[in-house]
Order: sequence, then C-alpha cells, then structure tokens
Amino acid sequence: MAGVGSACLTVALLTALFAAGAAIYGGVRGRREWVTSGRRAVYCVAALCVAAFAILESAFLRSDFSYKLVAEGSSTSTPTFYKITAVWATQDGSLLLWATLLGLFASAVLFITRRSLRDITPWATAVLAGVAAFFLFLMVGWENPFDTLAIAPQEGNGLNPLLRHPAMMIHPPMLYTGYVGFSIPFAFAIGALIARRPGADWIRATRRFALVAWTFLGTGILLGALWSYSELGWGGYWAWDPVENASLMPWLVGTAFLHSIMVQEKRGMLKVWNVSLICTTFVLALLGTFLVRSGILDSIHAFGASTIGVQFLVFISAVLILSATLIIVRLPDLRSTARLDSLLSREAFFLLNNLVLVALALVILWGTFFPLISEALTGTESTVGPPWFNRLTTPLAIVLVLLTGIGPVLAWRKMTPSSLRRILLVPLVFTAVVLVALLALTNAADSTASLIMFCFTAFVLAVVAQEFWRGASARRVMTGEAWPRALARLMGRNRRRYGGYLVHAGIAVLFLGVAASSAFVEQRDVRLSPGESFTLGDYEVTYREATAKLGGDSSGTGAPISFGAVMDVRKGDQTFTLRPARNFYSSGDPSLGAISRFFEGEATSEVDVRWGLRRDFWLAVRPDISSLERPIREADAKFADAAGDVQALIIAALAERYRSDPPPAAFRAIVSPLVAWIWIGGAIALLGALVAAWPTPEARLRRVRALYSARLGKELSRA
Amino acid sequence: MDPSRKRKLRLGVALTAAVLLATALIYTSFSASTEASKPSEIEPGKSYEVTGKVVHGSIQKSGDDDLRFRIRDRDGTQSVPVAYSGVVPDPFRDGREVIVSGELKQGTFVAERDSLVTKCPSKFTKDEQSS
Amino acid sequence: MEYAIALLVLAALVAFAVTRPLRSPGAEERREQTRLAELEAAKEAKYREIRDAELDHRMGKLSREDWRAVDSDLRGEAIEILRELDRLEGGGRSQDD
Repeated sequence: MAGVGSACLTVALLTALFAAGAAIYGGVRGRREWVTSGRRAVYCVAALCVAAFAILESAFLRSDFSYKLVAEGSSTSTPTFYKITAVWATQDGSLLLWATLLGLFASAVLFITRRSLRDITPWATAVLAGVAAFFLFLMVGWENPFDTLAIAPQEGNGLNPLLRHPAMMIHPPMLYTGYVGFSIPFAFAIGALIARRPGADWIRATRRFALVAWTFLGTGILLGALWSYSELGWGGYWAWDPVENASLMPWLVGTAFLHSIMVQEKRGMLKVWNVSLICTTFVLALLGTFLVRSGILDSIHAFGASTIGVQFLVFISAVLILSATLIIVRLPDLRSTARLDSLLSREAFFLLNNLVLVALALVILWGTFFPLISEALTGTESTVGPPWFNRLTTPLAIVLVLLTGIGPVLAWRKMTPSSLRRILLVPLVFTAVVLVALLALTNAADSTASLIMFCFTAFVLAVVAQEFWRGASARRVMTGEAWPRALARLMGRNRRRYGGYLVHAGIAVLFLGVAASSAFVEQRDVRLSPGESFTLGDYEVTYREATAKLGGDSSGTGAPISFGAVMDVRKGDQTFTLRPARNFYSSGDPSLGAISRFFEGEATSEVDVRWGLRRDFWLAVRPDISSLERPIREADAKFADAAGDVQALIIAALAERYRSDPPPAAFRAIVSPLVAWIWIGGAIALLGALVAAWPTPEARLRRVRALYSARLGKELSRA
Repeated sequence: MDPSRKRKLRLGVALTAAVLLATALIYTSFSASTEASKPSEIEPGKSYEVTGKVVHGSIQKSGDDDLRFRIRDRDGTQSVPVAYSGVVPDPFRDGREVIVSGELKQGTFVAERDSLVTKCPSKFTKDEQSS
Repeated sequence: MEYAIALLVLAALVAFAVTRPLRSPGAEERREQTRLAELEAAKEAKYREIRDAELDHRMGKLSREDWRAVDSDLRGEAIEILRELDRLEGGGRSQDD
C-alpha cells in the first residue's frame, strides 16, 4: 500500500499544478469552465491527501515496520493513541498533515465561494493550489512519508518519551490548522489585489476562516505552554525559545488582522494595511513551519541540519517578494474611501492596538533572529535570553491589556466625550477599589509591572461585565424579557461583538495569571534523604519515602522503570501528598549492557502538581541512581545472555534496592500564584472565539431583512 | 486644527514612537546579548553561550547539586570542562547537543545556574554512540 | 509496480473529474447571479452596521445627534444597495420572459 500512498502524493502534486494553471487560464481568459475545473482539481488534491493520510495512519496502527516512518517513530508497545498521533511527530508526516489540512480548507472555501467573488476566486484557487503544490513537492522530492525499508525490522524505535503526553500530540495539528487557516484569507487577498477588487468582499468571504485559524493557533500555543509546565523539569511555561516565538508571531499579527479587517468592513479604511498584514501573517506562518525543521537557529526543538531548509527559504522569500510587489503595484487601488473622524473612535483604537501588536511581533522577531542579525552586522554571533524578551514585551503587553478594556467601550466613527466619561466611570471606580485593596491586603506592590497589570485586568473585566449588563438592559427595555433570556438573545444577535468581549476578558485573565506567576513565583532546589524536609513559603515538605515501580506507570506511557518519591506537603491545617517520579525508558542501542540499557535510554521527569485557583505547588524529583551503577555493571557482565524474565527479576531487585535505601535525591519545588488562571483565561477566550465564529442562522436574518426592507421602503416612498 | 494637520501630527507621533522602539530594540539587544560560540573558540574574561556536544563518558555528578562534564565542538575533538549547577534537562546524556551559558575561569567553563539546554535528539536517526 | 498502477488509475480518475466542466460548459449561471449574491452579502453587512449603531445609541455610547447622523449615512448606503438589487432583480426577471 505504500506504493499507492506514494502515487497519491505524486498525482496530487500534478493535480495541484494543473489546478493553478487552469484557474489562472480561466481567470485571464474569462473562461468560467476552466476555473471550475481548477476548483475541482483542488477537491481532488484534498481527496488524494486524505487518502494518503489514511494509508499512513493504517500503517502506524498495524505497526507495519516496512514503512521507514513507522519503524522510526512507533513500536508494538506504543499505546494506540500515540500510534495515531505519532504520524505527525515526524518531518514527513507533519508535511502530509499540513498538505491535507490545506487541501480540506481550500476545498471548503472554494466550495462556499463557488458562485460569488467571480473575479477573485480564480486567483485564490491558484494561490492555494500553488502552496499545496509546494508542500507536495517537498514530500515527493525529498521527504516522502511512504519510503519503505528493504528489510522490515521486527520492532520499531518507539515514540520519543518526551512526546508521550496528550497535549504534546494535539499541539501540532492545532498549530497547523492555525497556519493553514491563515492561507485562506491570504489567497483571497492576493486574488483581490490581482483582480483589482480591494473592497471588503474578500474579507467577508474569509473572515471566519481567519477567526478559526486564530483560535486553533492560540489553543496550540497554550497547549505547548501547558505541556512545558506540566511535563518538563524546569517548571516554566514559556522560555522564549525560537520555536515558541515562531508560533507566537503569526498569532500576534493575526490578532491585529482580525481587528483591522473590521475597520475596513465598516469604514473602508486600512486597505493597504490589511493586505500587508495578512501577507505578513502568512509569511510568519510559513516561517513558523520552517523554523522547526531548519536548524538555522539553536533551539531545544531544532532537528539539526535539514534537507528541506533551503527550499523553504526560497519559497518564503518568493511569497514575500511577490506579495510586496503586488501591493506596491496596486497601491492606487487601495486608497481609503473614508477618513479617521476622531481619535475617540473604535477605528482609532483598533489602529493603536494593531500598532502595539505589530510592535510586539517585531520585538520577538528581532530577538529570535538576533543570532543571525548580530552575525551579519558585527561578525560575531550573539544571542539574547528571556530577560531581554521579558523586559521589552512587558510594557507592550501592559498597554495591550489596557487597550482591550477601552476598545469595547468605544463606538464607531465618533464618540461623544461626555458619553465616554459616563461609561468609563464605573469601571474606573472598580479599578481604583481593586488597586487600594491590592495595596492594603497583599504584597502586590512589590512588583510595579504586576500591580499595573492586575489593575488593568480588573478594568477590562469591569468594562466587559458592564457591556453585557448595559446591552441586556437595553434589550429588556425594548422587549421586557427576563435577564437570562435577554443576555442569551443579546449574545445570539451580536455574536461577533459579545464573543469578542469574552475573548478580551479571557485574554486579560490570562495576562493576570502570567503577571502573578512571573513576579511572585517562589522556587527552591534541595537535596533530601527520606525523612528530611524543607520549607518553601508557607509550605513544609517532607520526603516520606522512595518509590520504585516497574512496568505500568502512572502516566500511562508504558515506561519500564519509574523511580520516585512520596512527599507530604503541609501548609497550616492543609496537607496533601505529591508523588513526583522519573521514568526510565529502555534504549534500543545494542552496544549497551543487557541490564544497563534499561537505565540508559531516555528519561523523563514526571512532575506532580497540586493545581489550585490561588496557587500551584509544583514538585519534580531527580533520583540519584549512581549508587546502582556498580551493581548494574556487574549484572551486565553476569546476565548478558539471560532470558527476559531473569532480567526482569534482576531489575526488580535493583529497583527494590533503590526503594529501600535511596541516596539523597534532588528536588525542585515551585510555588506559582495564579498560574491556573492562564489556562482558565485561555479557555474563556476560546469560548468567546467560538461564540464569535458561530454562524448566524439564516431564518432570523431573513426576518430582520424583511422588517428593515419594509421600513426603508416606506421611507423611500416618503422621500 | 484642520484635518490634514491633524493627520500629519498623528503620523509624526507614530513615526517617533517607531523610532523610539527601534532604538530601544537595538540598544538593549546588543548590550544584553551573550556571544554564541563553540567550545574551541572561547576565551577567559567574557561570557558566552556555548553550543557543543557532551563528550562520552565525561559526565560526573559531584556533591549536592554539581554536574561536571566536558563539552566539545559539534565537529571536532577539542573539549572544555564544564562546572554546572541547576536543573538538568531530561534529554541530557552522552553525545547530546547542548547549549550552556557562562564564563571561562581558570580553564573550566563555569556555567550560569539553570542555563543548560539540551536539544531534543533527532527523531530520524539512531542515537550515535561513537563520537 | 504497485506505484505505477496506482499512479495511472488515480491520474485517470482525477482527469475524469477535472475535465467534466470543460466537456459540458453549458450549465453556467449568468453574471447577474454572482453580483446578486455579493450585493446580498453587502446588504446584510450594512444592516448589521445599522443595528450596531442603534445598539450603541441605546447603550448610551452615542448621543442622539451623533446617532442620527451615523444612522442616516448608513441608511443612505443601504438604500443604494437596495436600489441596485432591485435593478438587477427587475432586469433579470424581464429577461426571463
């Protein structure tokens, strides 16, 4: 079946090239049937990619080790969930996922717009087909997922233990959906430029795709942060690593785009800005995809020198140059049809928010590529670390949160200053109260930046709550509904607006969590023997006893050996138990001894966290197995050819030896206040995005339309 | 103020802000940066961020929190001893590619606490055991 | 071998699907219908704007005078769209006879 899969990719590549050509020909000559043919070709590309993906998945599920990918990334003992998700843990598989998602999204948007936007769709089809062709070309030419091995091994390498975490496996598809999603508005923007239709039509057609992409990308980023916090041994959620930054930059610029398109829809302004922004977002999305697999920047994720780095670079440069040229050439068409009436308007603040978001993205871009920049400018390669990133992004983030509070309050075009004062009164009073409370009751003043952030978050939440209240009250005046119904109908009738407000509230809460957990975190590294204890903040932690488990482990990743500790934690009256551990996976390396290979493979830290709304208590252990080294080497010599069950007995004996008399183990304990609110804030934002993206039912629209038609008709006849 | 003057004023403010940001960017990044280099290139008296591979058999745990190992160039054999304390990333072991920041003092690279980063091993080739 | 056969079969299927519009170009809608869909979308967006402005006014963000100004602008734009829609629909209908 590998041959069939490979054929699917080759035919898909040829079809994509045909799609681009046919669509361009149909667009240039005005021959509608060629554009339709191109569109159908895109449907075929999607179908072929899905087929190829299914074939690959089935190979993983069947543990067919004749496939090179399956042999490298899976094994018979890998749990089924990880077998399914291991497909995209590899370079080739992730390219196929990208192509498949692109095919599906492109088919969806082309189907929806098949009767509209006649001038734009040929070019959009060509762009989408072209991007798909590039990814297919990479696979067919260099990284074919269907490469087979001449001799199929008996057993595969298995999935890297660090990746055996649900969040880590959902993370790539989420990110890719985000990246791919942004290609849709990009393609239509290019089409609008070529077809000289710079109005808001291309925006209206692709707005939902942009919102869905943004949501998936944001969720993917948060999942990555959650994984880092709960899986890795350092206890942080963001390290300003180049690969992390590569996913954040398109998200920031995408956020700016979602706001500025509203300005173009309502006022016909910012046309140049919007097309530039979406081109930048797409280029950053490609860059994000590329950085992970290029090896040009030192990162914990980098896969080293790659075979497709150069091709990506060429493609990204081509996209950048073509987009820029197109925008410059069509500049006369992109004149605004309106002016900024007043600074006290939504348009003005959206522009301001755009500038802050773009500034954030620029700072991150600069810092991420600094090694290359400094090398080019000074000859020596230098890097900047998290302190620099934090120093520059914190003030921008604070301003951003403030803006998320002011934006919802403003009206379009122009707002009367007295109205603004009146509306801001209650939220400002609330914020002042919060500020006083924080100063009096907590030590929040120790960190000025956090204090400001807390106040701004309070401001945003007050504004959002007030907006919901005022909106529902206004409805009740008209319809006399009860509160719950009024709220529900309010949100139902104005999904974009109130969904957006929810997103703002979620983001503000998220930043609250980030500020608190960064500024007020407490950490300690200690070395303890059983019976000893240490204190951290208000907590007293006692190392009760060591644990050693074989076979099944608590995290369900099928680890052979798990050494850990049982820790009793006490704070005042409250006590709880934590069981951090370290999993040792066996290595497949034949040069290692029979027994030592169980200890020399990958090892992961299984952190234990006590989640809480006010603070998290995070604990990791690093057991010291150096005292076992001599017995292990002796066992290697004596039992080199022993049967499997004899080896298991030896290991059980070694484990028991560790458990009964463990040498001091290294512990890291972290108390992070309000960390949970990062994930909660993210969930609120996700909910808000869903509300905003939810399609409005047609029936209601027709009724409204009829009402307004009648009213307008009446006034028309009167005029 | 007539509209066109307003617009010019706004443009001026925006450009000034951009210039300020750019200056802050350039100034802070060059002053706060650490030089990235290979083990064979470092000299005493300056802080570096060194990228290299852990020399096989050189890992020693000493004392409470201390880790000692030797780091060599990715494609070379010249190595430098490293004294490190702090969190040790999960993938750390012989032959892995690591990044660590610190300063060369009396022949030993004294690392900043918690600055050790170990790259995820390549998923596509079996881990090389021979250097 | 498997690869080659699959290649030919798949290519043939794709070619069949893709050339169908080229073989029977007759079933095509008139230009007016696309313009119709676009105008409908623009009209709905304009109605949303009118409703948004009214909500803003009811919530006290816009004073009565400001709202009246914005509302009449938007309604003017909506009327233009309705006029063009009427023209298209009326024109289309007469061509049907």
